Order: sequence, then C-alpha cells, then structure tokens
Amino acid sequence: MPLLGHLSLWVAFLVGLWGGITGFAGGAHRRDLQQSARHATFALFGALLVAVISLEIAIFRHDFSLEYVAAYTSRNLPTFYLWSALYAGQKGSLLFWATVLSLFAMLVQLMTSGRHRVYLPYVAAVTCAVATFFITVMLFAANPFERLAFVPLDGRGMNPQLQNPGMVFHPPMLYLGYISITIPFAFAIAALLSKRLDSDWLVAIRKWTLVSWLFLSIGLILGMWWAYVELGWGGYWAWDPVENAALLPWLVMTAFLHSVMIQEKRGMLKKWNLALIIGAWLLSIFGTFITRSGVIASVHSFTQSSVGYFFLAFLVLAAALSFALYASRLPLLEAEATLESMVSREASFLFNNLLLIGIAFSVLWGTLFPILSEAIKGTKITVGPPFFNQVNVPLGLALLAMTGIGPLIAWRRASIPNLKRQFAVPLTSGVFVLLILLVAGVRDVGALMAVSIGGFVFGTVAQEFARGARARHRQYGEPTPYAFVQLLARNRRRYGGYIVHVAIVLLFVAFAGMAFKTETEATLRPGESAELKGRDGHVYTFTHLGISQYNALNRQVTAALIDVRRDGKAIGRLRTEKRQHVDALGNPTFEPSTEVGIMSGLRVDLYVVLAGLVNGTEQAVFRFTINPLVWWVWFGGFVLVIGGLIVLWPGGAPVAVKGPSSQAGYAVKLEAER
Amino acid sequence: MKAGTKFALGAVLIVGSVGYLMAAGIKQTGQYFLTPSELAQRVSADPSFYDLGLKVGARVVPGTVTKEIATQTLSFHITDGTVSYPVVFKGLPPDTFTDSVEVVVEGRLQRDGVIHATNVLAKCGSRYEAVPKA
Repeated sequence: MPLLGHLSLWVAFLVGLWGGITGFAGGAHRRDLQQSARHATFALFGALLVAVISLEIAIFRHDFSLEYVAAYTSRNLPTFYLWSALYAGQKGSLLFWATVLSLFAMLVQLMTSGRHRVYLPYVAAVTCAVATFFITVMLFAANPFERLAFVPLDGRGMNPQLQNPGMVFHPPMLYLGYISITIPFAFAIAALLSKRLDSDWLVAIRKWTLVSWLFLSIGLILGMWWAYVELGWGGYWAWDPVENAALLPWLVMTAFLHSVMIQEKRGMLKKWNLALIIGAWLLSIFGTFITRSGVIASVHSFTQSSVGYFFLAFLVLAAALSFALYASRLPLLEAEATLESMVSREASFLFNNLLLIGIAFSVLWGTLFPILSEAIKGTKITVGPPFFNQVNVPLGLALLAMTGIGPLIAWRRASIPNLKRQFAVPLTSGVFVLLILLVAGVRDVGALMAVSIGGFVFGTVAQEFARGARARHRQYGEPTPYAFVQLLARNRRRYGGYIVHVAIVLLFVAFAGMAFKTETEATLRPGESAELKGRDGHVYTFTHLGISQYNALNRQVTAALIDVRRDGKAIGRLRTEKRQHVDALGNPTFEPSTEVGIMSGLRVDLYVVLAGLVNGTEQAVFRFTINPLVWWVWFGGFVLVIGGLIVLWPGGAPVAVKGPSSQAGYAVKLEAER
Repeated sequence: MKAGTKFALGAVLIVGSVGYLMAAGIKQTGQYFLTPSELAQRVSADPSFYDLGLKVGARVVPGTVTKEIATQTLSFHITDGTVSYPVVFKGLPPDTFTDSVEVVVEGRLQRDGVIHATNVLAKCGSRYEAVPKA
C-alpha cells in the first residue's frame, strides 16, 4: 500500500505538471489542450485520492514501517483520532491540502456554467500548478510515504492536545477555507490572462469566495473553541502568529465580499478587487509558510524544516508573477464610474474596506515585527496581545460602526431627509443600550462602546428587516411572519448578510465581556473551598470533593471533582483532569495534559483547571476563572454560519450584474415600493 | 470640494490612524526578545536593562527544575549554551513545560541576577508533533 501511495504521488506530480502546461498553453485557442487540462484536474484528484486512501490504510493497519504512521499514531490511539492522523502532522497535512485542492479544481471544472467557461482552461492551469507545488514539497522534502529503516513495535502516538474533538474538525475546516481561496485566485489570474476583465469573473467566483470565507470562519471559531477547552489558559484568542495567520485571509476575504458589490453595481474598484483576491491567496500561502517554517517563534508551530524554504520560494515567485501580470493589465482596469458623494454606500464600503485592510496590515506587521526589527535594527523586538488589542480595539469598533452605517446609506448619493429617516431608529437603539449600561454601572469604555455600537447595528438590521417585511406585506398582502421568511428567501444575499452582521455584533459583545474576567488560584485539601466573585454580581464557591485516579484506554487519569455553589446554592459539579498518556506497554508518552472543567452559562463560564497534586496527596492546586459571555462567542459563530449558509444557498432570485447606469439603491427602492 | 477629494481625506485619516496606532502600540508594548548571551551583553553595557520587561528565549537546563506546588513557585535555570540565568516564576507552568524544553520567559532580570518571570511559554516541538524523548 505505501508503495502504491508513493507511486500515485509521482503520477499526480506528472499529471499536475501536464495540467499546468496544457492549461496555460491551451489558453483561449487550442481546444484539444483545454480539454486535456480539464481532464488533468480529474486525474489529479484521482491520483491524490489513491495516495490519501493508501495513507489512511497504513494508519489503520498500524504500519509503523512508515515514518509518518510511527510518528503520529500508536496502537492504542482511539479510532476516531486515527482518521485525523491524516492531517495531524506536517507531511500528511500537505497531502490533505493537495488532495482537497485537486477536489476543488475538479469541482470548479464540473460546476462552472455557460459563459464562464472561457476562464476554465486558465483556472485548471493555476489550480494544477499550485497542487503541483504541494506535491513537489512532499516528494522532495516531506514525503508521507517515507519508510523507516526498521519497524518499531509501536508508534509515538498523537499529541494529547490533539486528542480532542475540536482538533478533528478545526484543521480541515481551516484548510478548506485556505485551500478554496485558490479558486477565486485562479479565476482572477484567468481574467487577467484572458483580458476579460469585466465583472463576469466576479459572478463566476461569487459562491467560491463565500465558501472559503465560510470555511475560514468555521475554522477560526473551532480553533478558538479548541484553544479554550483544551489549552487551559482561560481564553480563546491569544494573537499567536498561527492564529493571526488564519485571521489575515479572513479579513481580506471579508473586505472582498463587500467591495465586490461596488464593482457589480457600479463598475468601480476593479483594481482593488483583483488586488484583494491575489492578496488573500498570497496570505493563505504566507500563513502556511509561517506555521510550517518555524521562522516566527510561536508556541505552536510545526517543527523547523526545509519545507519552509519551499514555501518562501513559492510565495515570492507567486507574488512576483501575479503582480507582474496584474501590473501589465492595469490599463484595462479603469473604473466605469466615479464616486459621487462621500455620503454614499460606495464610500461607506470603501471605508469599511480600508478599516479591514488596516486591521489586516497591523496584524501582519505585529506578527512579522520580530523578524523585521531583527533584520533592520539587529535586535529582535516582539509585540504581544497588548499591541494587538491596543491597535485593533479602536479599529474594530470603527468597523463595527460601519457595519451599522453602511446599509443605511443609499447608493451614489444620500439626501439629508433620507439620512434622518434611516438613522433615527438605529441611533436611538444604540443610545438606549448605552443608557442601560450606564445605569447598570458599566464604566469600562471599550465595553460601553462595543455594546452600544452593537445596539446601533442591531437597530439597523432590525429596521431593514421590518421595512422589507412591511413592504412585502403591503405589496403582496403577505402576513408579516411569512413576509419575513419570503424576504430572507428572496434576497438571500442581502438579508443573509444582515444575519452575519448580527453575528458580528454578538461576537463583539462577547469579546468585550472578556474585559471582565476574574480568576484566582487556590491549593485545597478535600473539603476545603475557594470563593470567587464574578462580575455578574454572584459569589461562586468551589469545594474540592476529592481526587480519583484510574486508567483509561490510552491514559492514566487523575480527576478532581468540585462542587459549585452560586451564592450558597448548589448549581452542579465540575470535573477537571490531569491526563498522563501511555503507550500500549504502559510507559508514559508525552507530558501530562490538562482537561479543563467548564460550566457554561449565558452570563458566565466557570472554568476550572487542575494544576497538580501536592506531593501525591489529595491536596490539589486549582485555578478558577470566571469568564463572562463566552457562550456568546460560540452562539455568534453559529449565527454567522447560518447567515453565511443563507447567502450561499442555491436558488433564489438571480442577482444580475448591473451596469453603471442602473443602480437604484435598496433604500431608494424600498421607498419607491411604499 | 469634490467627493473624490473628500473621500481621499477620509482615507488619509483612516490610514493615518492605523499608522499612528501601530507606531504607538509598538513603542508602548514592544519587548526585546533576547538570548541569555545577548541579555548578559546588554546588561553589562547598559544597566538600564535590569528591571526592563523583556522576553528571553532559551532552553531549560535539565535537572534544575524545582516545583513547589503548595506555593505555586517554579524555579529553573535557562541557558543558550554559553550563558545561563536562574528563573523564578510564580504561577502554573504550561503542560508542555519540562526539563530541557525550549521556553520563552517573559519577565524582568533583577539586580540579584535572577529573572523574575511573569509568564513562561514552553515551545513544544510543535503543536502537531511529538516532543522527541531525550
């Protein structure tokens, strides 16, 4: 089986090369070559799928003659995690990456319809070329089918921190997001090469950009969840380089999803949109580079290896080629309209874009700063969470405000009476929330702003829904609840987008909640208690009930049971564990890991970590944390995915690309409807 | 004023604020990241490096780790092969912290020659890969 896998990698390499060459060469004219490139993507997927299946079979058969299998799995690893072993290590994740890319490459060939087919040969070429790069890295630097000189009796096993359900789903989701950016990028390159630079290619990639944005979002949220429940430091976001690497393409894609609407409606921003897509894709490769090269000190990154050089070379080459092509086509990218007023939807989208890119730039800068400062000044200077918070809290709040302002302003030019009518309700809603908070005694400026701006945005969304539903009610006589559903179903992109805005509000409010976390550490004998006052006004009492120790499948568990009381009333029990993973012979592998005990509520999470036992007695050290509003992060993430899916759902009213002359804004249109 | 000009002003304002926030952020929160040798060199050249918040990246010297769970105090030595410093840390070490692991110690070197750490990050070989057993 490993031999077959290795062989199919070589086949994939050759097929990928072929697809790249024929696609570019076939271009717009040679139909035979175009067909060949198209078929190459199918063959590429087939060959890589064989490689993946070979590797999974080796993993499930515990074929420790493979270095990869021996390094990441063991005989006693639960079956569930044997699946995820495919992408638990560097080499396997490269294979996973290439395979998913080839799947997307095939799907885009099969699913792209009619008039967008002209781009397909180039798209096949770009996707094949990128996949070939990943296959090259595997064949020459990180081969998952590499054999060991001897066959060990058992493997080293999987890092216990990866033995968590979140880790089974988080990496593939993030990868899917990263990888699927390649498709819009391939279309952008195709548009540039074929010189068909009207807004057609944007329509072709609309669903793909949303798909990758959605996968990136899910990946980020799952990653936060994993960090929260598994790493035990009490938070979900630490501005670690690896996290930043995932956030960067998300920010740029978010900017793109907005600015693309301006091009569709007004034929403006053509250069900007192309640059955003190329940038987002380069950032996804950059993210892969910094997580795999060890070039930036991160708490969690793949071990240092030569793979980094491959990625760096690829990144530089791809950036140079893409931007050279981009520059050569600049004369063809003149805007068809100009900005008519500062107070217009266009301008507000532009400001939103600038803020998103500003945030992305500061995150990139902060992440790279240690390298930059070392290269320029000779000393390594690092910036941490304080930097990112200091910069991004104000920018994030401004962006949140734009979320509420943008939908209220008409396209082209908004009139004063129109503005008054549009802003009255949302502003009142924001001020109302602010007053409630002030009366409730909140004095933290950041939190006050986040939540009251959130109230403003929520007011905007509610007003949009209400007006839309009322208009339908009047026009078609639909009962109000039905009108709501119809509104959503008929204008998925717009109203699904508003639901995403609500999710963003929920997330911001939840993030603001973290300003109010409280924590304490305590050493307790069984029967002893620790008290902690939460910022929700309640006093929580944690009583150590005792320690139990037992052996599970692949680990020795030391568990502490804690009784929890709120203001003296019992509300449940928490359990936190130290786990020592062992191999099949009972020898310890890895360092002990911690299982956090979490009691999640709408207002606060109680978060307990067992830090250790004092000299093997039942006296134990705990860290107790009260984290406000964390539940809302997960709920906000859920709403965001729902909103994204609504936008993505096939069918609904076709959104036609409008020329520069016909763009009655939605706000205007609604007025006309009444 | 034309809309384009006004917009350009707004854009300049945003870009300017981003730039300002970044510059101020780095100035106020940037920390030196040094190896023990670099730290020793700096301190002897410029005593103001004592008591300055910084980060030191090094390896834990095997056999020097003492954990007092009751007082939650962790002490150990770090080295880059040439210079070594004792470190005292009050708090809970990360799961991955062990003998000879690579660490990033965040804290201040005080005049007694001890680094008083406010945070210890252990760099496991990788998030995804086993720490090779010595």
